[in-house]
Amino acid sequence: MYRILRKEILNPQVKLLEIEAPYVARKAEPGQFIILRVHDEGERIPLTIADYDREKGSVTIIFQEVGATTRLLGSLEAGDAIADFCGPLGVASHFEGVKKAAVIGGGLGTAIAYPQAKKLFGLGVEVDVIIGFRNKDLIILEQEMAKVSNRLFVTTDDGSNGTRGFVSDILKQRIEEGAQYDVVIAIGPPIMMKVVCDVTRPYGIKTIVSLNPVMIDGTGMCGGCRVTVGGETKFACVDGPDFDGHLVDFDELIRRLSIYREDERISLERHACRLGGVLNA
Amino acid sequence: MPNMSLKKVPMPEQDPQVRNRNFSEVALGYTEEMAIEEAQRCLNCKHRPCMSGCPVNVRIPEFITLIAAGEFEKAYEKIYETNSLPAICGRVCPQETQCEQQCVRGIKGEPVAIGRLERFAADWYMKHITKPVVKSPRNGKKVAVIGSGPAGLTCAGDLAKMGYDVTVFEAFHKAGGVLVYGIPEFRLPKDLVQREIDALKALGVEIRTNMVIGKTLNVDELFEEGYEAVFIGSGAGLPMFMGIPGENLNGVYSANEFLTRINLMKAYKFPEADTPVFRGRNVAVVGGGNVAMDAARSAKRLGADNVYIVYRRSEAEMPARLEEVHHAKEEGIIFKLLTNPTRILGDEKGWVRGMECVEMALGEPDASGRRRPVPKEGSEHVLEVDTVIIAIGTSPNPLIRSTTTGLETNKKGCIVVDENTCQTSREGVFAGGDAVTGSATVILAMGAGKKAAKAIDEYIRAKAQS
Repeated sequence: MYRILRKEILNPQVKLLEIEAPYVARKAEPGQFIILRVHDEGERIPLTIADYDREKGSVTIIFQEVGATTRLLGSLEAGDAIADFCGPLGVASHFEGVKKAAVIGGGLGTAIAYPQAKKLFGLGVEVDVIIGFRNKDLIILEQEMAKVSNRLFVTTDDGSNGTRGFVSDILKQRIEEGAQYDVVIAIGPPIMMKVVCDVTRPYGIKTIVSLNPVMIDGTGMCGGCRVTVGGETKFACVDGPDFDGHLVDFDELIRRLSIYREDERISLERHACRLGGVLNA
Repeated sequence: MPNMSLKKVPMPEQDPQVRNRNFSEVALGYTEEMAIEEAQRCLNCKHRPCMSGCPVNVRIPEFITLIAAGEFEKAYEKIYETNSLPAICGRVCPQETQCEQQCVRGIKGEPVAIGRLERFAADWYMKHITKPVVKSPRNGKKVAVIGSGPAGLTCAGDLAKMGYDVTVFEAFHKAGGVLVYGIPEFRLPKDLVQREIDALKALGVEIRTNMVIGKTLNVDELFEEGYEAVFIGSGAGLPMFMGIPGENLNGVYSANEFLTRINLMKAYKFPEADTPVFRGRNVAVVGGGNVAMDAARSAKRLGADNVYIVYRRSEAEMPARLEEVHHAKEEGIIFKLLTNPTRILGDEKGWVRGMECVEMALGEPDASGRRRPVPKEGSEHVLEVDTVIIAIGTSPNPLIRSTTTGLETNKKGCIVVDENTCQTSREGVFAGGDAVTGSATVILAMGAGKKAAKAIDEYIRAKAQS
């Protein structure tokens, strides 16, 4: 069992848990992820490592309550434990030779982009961070990002924080203003990453995306997470999850993410009753 | 006077039309009377040819004689001396090519049902006997085992019996390897696997789950943590795909994914278990091995109307066990032999709607000695399916070889070892099972685990003396 050391509610749907997992904390690097299982009948879900503390032996995850498992996870408190926590998995991000970078987070993707920005900033790279949310109530990690960036742009789809538009609009503007990025790192919903890649492609700016396909084992033994990159089939859990965004078949990724939509709805409905029980107990 | 019946005492089974709608075990096992009757068919030969066919050298005539005498507890103990997982072997070993193939009674009539008797003894013992396990005296030496499949568990069990402190590192949340994620409940009940594993724990074997060697820890760090030897039994879990168009459509699974969802994650119980699986109405399983049979029979049990086995050679070349093919046919699986997929077709939303195939004819024998299938021109046709499961084989996962220095592997990614000792190119590191041979059988993996345990013991003793 893996104990929850700390819980933070970042916005009504997004929660942070710091989990005691010394072996994972020892090796974790930005770009890697873990697979967890909340309880014994539970499913295995992948979540990116948002932060780690090697001395304390803890790993932080940030997740949005989108279905049965994340709702259940979100109902847990500090002191509770989860059944399984396995990692670090996937290939760590590579930043060699980068002098100037834009790190882009869309919604919850901001939590995954955070360790990347932190690492780059720590390496002395000049970092622009662009994060976007649907509205101002959903903004997360603004202060944390401010600390690990040279410039921070926070935008909302509805303009409720004073800046209206998508992250891709801000990026385009920055590039047109003459920002010379060696690399753009984009993490968020597949459609957002696709749009960012469309922005950078004409300029030939290297663009790294972190893909989020359906996973089971996370160790390369099933191929459930396969994606097409540059015409080749790759397993995101072992070959990624970082890939060259200009080579990714995003339409296929988006399609494959929909395979279990109906099952996910059934599972969530069923859990809504059970969770009611947990929360009222 | 031995029972001279030419046939095995039949084993009761669930009716095919009932069992193809449930995940309960198909074969129900012998009663005490049936076991005694079958055991009396054994001639107790002096030269024991059956034993030479068993990779873990179970003392077959001795345990069968004990069953014939009604001494079931002693029969089990006799088996357990050399086999740590008898309830599993009795069920999944291909006895027809191992112990039973060598049985003298098989020359005229059917061989003695050694597997069924082994299974009987193990099941009887589990049901009736609860004895505190006698742990061997500890020798204070630590050995690490990577992977908790049949090879790792056997190696761990044998080393624990010799007094070693054994830690097994497993990547999944549950121990058992292919026994828990691959072989379905209807062939090998999972609570039984768990009981065999619990028995190993009682011997002092520690199992640490959620440990991906190559990621969470690597082999060098295991030595740093004081392990004197390492056994790699990480299997061959990397699925192969065909490389034909349409393989990434929604509804195409590797057999590993399909079976892992069903067996390990219990997706057949969804939504009581949280993991879903797509339940197709018309399912094609590509391949002709045991994994293909398991996937096809599982798909049928999930409620499919039509399940096809699509295999490019003929039935004679099928690598699956005869018994499994027979069971699959009884359950209504449709065999499309000498048929090869050329592409998978999708609808406008990207879901599978069919599989284009060609008919094959068998040509000259190829390098493997089997007649090579060649496509028949103009034989293209479409099989209307909504699910395709690819079961054309697996190879070793590169995770360990790519993170362990000095470990020699061949061009197929299999770890190279000395056949007699399972010693790898790296000192103190041993390997066995599918990680060395590529995908093979449970019992061969167990045999390798056993051999490696002996070699590890000799290695550590020699090191202590020098």
